[in-house]
Amino acid sequence: MSAFLDVADVSVSYGKLNAVRDISFSLDQAQIVTIIGPNGAGKTTLLKALVGGLPSTGKVAFEGHDISRLEPEERAECGIFLVPETRALFADMSVYDNLILGGYIRWRDRAGIAHDLDQVFGLFPRLAERRTQQAATLSGGERQMLALGRALMGRPKLLMLDEPSLGLAPIVVREIFKIIAGLRSHGVTILLIEQNARAALETADVGYVLETGEIVHRGEAKALLRDPRVLETYLGGSSQS
Amino acid sequence: MNLDIAILLIEDGLASGAIYVLMALGFVLVFNVTRVIFVPFGDLVSYAALTLASFQLQRTPGTIWLLVTLAALAILLEVLRLYRIGQFARLPRALVVWGVLPLLPVACTLLLDGFALPSYVAIPLTFALILPIGPLLYRIVFQPIANAPVLVLLMVSVALHFAVSGLALMYFGPEGMRTTPLVQGAFDLFGIAISASLLLIVGVAAALSIALLLFFRLTLTGKALLATASNREGARLVGIRTATTSAAAFLVAGIIATVAGVLISPMTTIYYDTGLIVGLKGFVGSVAGGFVSYPLAALGGVIIGQVESFSSFYASAFKEAIVFAAVIPVILARWLWASNAHIEEHDEE
Repeated sequence: MSAFLDVADVSVSYGKLNAVRDISFSLDQAQIVTIIGPNGAGKTTLLKALVGGLPSTGKVAFEGHDISRLEPEERAECGIFLVPETRALFADMSVYDNLILGGYIRWRDRAGIAHDLDQVFGLFPRLAERRTQQAATLSGGERQMLALGRALMGRPKLLMLDEPSLGLAPIVVREIFKIIAGLRSHGVTILLIEQNARAALETADVGYVLETGEIVHRGEAKALLRDPRVLETYLGGSSQS
Repeated sequence: MNLDIAILLIEDGLASGAIYVLMALGFVLVFNVTRVIFVPFGDLVSYAALTLASFQLQRTPGTIWLLVTLAALAILLEVLRLYRIGQFARLPRALVVWGVLPLLPVACTLLLDGFALPSYVAIPLTFALILPIGPLLYRIVFQPIANAPVLVLLMVSVALHFAVSGLALMYFGPEGMRTTPLVQGAFDLFGIAISASLLLIVGVAAALSIALLLFFRLTLTGKALLATASNREGARLVGIRTATTSAAAFLVAGIIATVAGVLISPMTTIYYDTGLIVGLKGFVGSVAGGFVSYPLAALGGVIIGQVESFSSFYASAFKEAIVFAAVIPVILARWLWASNAHIEEHDEE
């Protein structure tokens, strides 16, 4: 029970529909874990439930503490950050304000925030150029950089990313995955949802396949990449292309 | 009408306009952060004015009983919540925030009961008594239904107004009160007589508006409030406690209502239900800004003040009707403007 994140029998239902059913898995520290699966499999629902944004049953333990009944803001204080598919940026505020608010939970640490701000601007020079611009005026790629940068400002221990490559140019996608891999070497644990299953499995250590609200395959990411069932359904194996 | 009367009306309109500006800003703030149209906002103005008047008459303001009741309810809710999530370690903090802080001014009031309080004691004490009401109302009434649709929040808000206003009738009685003027005298500016109280009202309203602007621009708490207004989900994801920022919005509304109450109480006799009308006029002002824009809401407040002042001269029987009817062309204009903008947006696609 000493796993970094321990998810036990988590279910989420929308009315009578069970979007996620009795999901259990665990994460070790500084691991990249990816969850792949078709649209509507419940991936986004699962992430939302893990940050407390949706009512769910079951138990979630983080660093040995039960966080099942904590509010999203309390989970953020524990170091759990989600970059949602919608990005949830503060659209009418500046890039700079968005990033500063990312460091909200450690507002006392002024020097640390200034340092991290430089780091984020170093990772995403485009954001530095647009620091006074309103978030709403950014391009799709820039918004996703801002959403990722904002989450990084909170110094996450566990970072959950919902479709970070959605709608991005291939060159930016490579950049984002390089950054994700770099975060792991800094001890950040990452839970990644990706429609780009190949890129996700190539970066990840462990992979899960979610179908209709249940985990149907699990294993080392490298093994899943060679698994014929996964290959065929999600990696455009023999049947497609 | 001659120039002298016009100047008089403009001055009158400026004074009430300054109050409506403050109210309009308060409505926009509370609505943006919490999606609540805070109907009892105006009642807080009555409470502030009547509390200050009670002090001047050496009576015990009924506000203290409201605070005691609200604090007790808030503590009860907080204990239940902590029990439900099994976090009893946080109980002392909750007791301080929802019990000790609101009851401190009550204790001060009871200790000073029967003494003739000078303004520099009575006014701060009035602030201390009114400020907790907003956050307490939020904690008890709105926080449990924070995710409800706007219409539900509005209905609850209207019901809350009747409760708060009814209690004001019980605490202060049906008769009106007026406080002694804070400043007196007048001076001459290029041949125009300007009363010191007009200057005080406009000056304080401007200073408070600027202070609000600086609060939002420069402080992290202010930015957290804006962030909650901008994207509630995003705010929670970065660890902003939206329950706290919402309570903070109600606290700021309480500051605004108290300032407004203290400023208007020497100008006009305040009854337990006067605040509603003052609030509604501020509300009309904020509609001009589409309930989103602070500068437009402030401008709306200024204009409402002038419309009211001039219509009271030309058609005093229809004064209120004209002011509230003024919202219709504003809404029409905004709607036309918005649908035009919408069409242009579609053209681009």
